[in-house]
Amino acid sequence: MRLTCPLCGPRDRREFTYYGAGDYLSRPDPGAPAEAWDNYLHLRDNPAGPTRDLWYHDQGCAAWLLVSRNTITHEITGVELVADRKGGRDEA
Amino acid sequence: MAELIAKTALDGQRPATGAGLVLATLPPGPVWSIAPFPGVDLAPVLAPLGLAFPTPGQSSSAGDLRLIWTGRDQAFLLGGAAPPGLEAFAAVTDQTGAWAGFSLSGEGGEAALARLVTPDLRLAAFPVGHVIRTALNHIPAIILREGRAGFHIRVFRSMARSAWHELAAVLERLAARQAAEQARPVPTAPVG
Ligand SMILES: [Zn+2]
Repeated sequence: MRLTCPLCGPRDRREFTYYGAGDYLSRPDPGAPAEAWDNYLHLRDNPAGPTRDLWYHDQGCAAWLLVSRNTITHEITGVELVADRKGGRDEA
Repeated sequence: MAELIAKTALDGQRPATGAGLVLATLPPGPVWSIAPFPGVDLAPVLAPLGLAFPTPGQSSSAGDLRLIWTGRDQAFLLGGAAPPGLEAFAAVTDQTGAWAGFSLSGEGGEAALARLVTPDLRLAAFPVGHVIRTALNHIPAIILREGRAGFHIRVFRSMARSAWHELAAVLERLAARQAAEQARPVPTAPVG
C-alpha cells in the first residue's frame, strides 16, 4: 500500500502512522453538550464505502494528512494536507 | 563563559569504503532551520543572497550557501549564517548541534541507498539538487543529491552511530557481492 503525500509524492505505507477517523478534525466547542463530546471521542460510523482517516507522515515531511479511501474497494481516492483545510493552521 | 569545544558526531571517524563508494562524515558547518511565518514571502530577503525558498523536494544554492527543503513551510540553510533581519519574517533556529552529516560519493550510490530507502533515488527520478525526507531503514533522514555521484545525508545527531552502521554495512555487503561475482568461475560451453 502507498499513500501519495501532497508534499513528498507516493511513499510506502511504512513511512506513515495511522491516527484515527477524520472525525477528530471536528472538535466540538468547549461548551458543547456532553453528548457532542461523547460522540466526538467514542462514537464512530463503520461505513461500507467512502471513509476518511488521519495519517501522519512521520518518516517524511511530518505533515498531518486526511486520507479518503473506500472500505469496499480499498481504493485511496485522495490525500490532502490538514494544514490546507479551513482552520487547519494558525493564522498570522 | 567556559570555552566549549565543538565536536561533530562521530568525531574522528575515518571514512568507510567499499564497492567504489566512500562514506565520510561531513566537516562541521552551520544548520539553520528557516520556517516562514504564515503567508510571508521570503523572496525579498533571500533574493539578494541569490537564494529562493525551495518548493517541496527542491533546494536552492548560491556560493557556499544552500537552502534545502525539509518539510511543510520549512527549509534548512547550510554553509553559512542566516541573513540578519530574517527573524522578522520567519522562525529561525540554530539546528547545528542537532544533526549529523555524511557524504556518500562514488558511482552507484543510489544502489547502496536502495538497500535502506524505499523511494527511487536514481538520477532520472532524483536529479541533482533534489532533496528528500524519508527513512534510512528506520532512521529519519534528509538526503540531498549533490551531484551525479554524490549524496549528502543528514540524520538526527542521536542516531548518527546507527545511521553510520547501516550505511557502512551496505558498502561491506556490496563489496562482498562484487568479490563473489568476480570469483565465480566462467561457465564453459557444454561439450557436444
Ligand atoms: Zn510527506
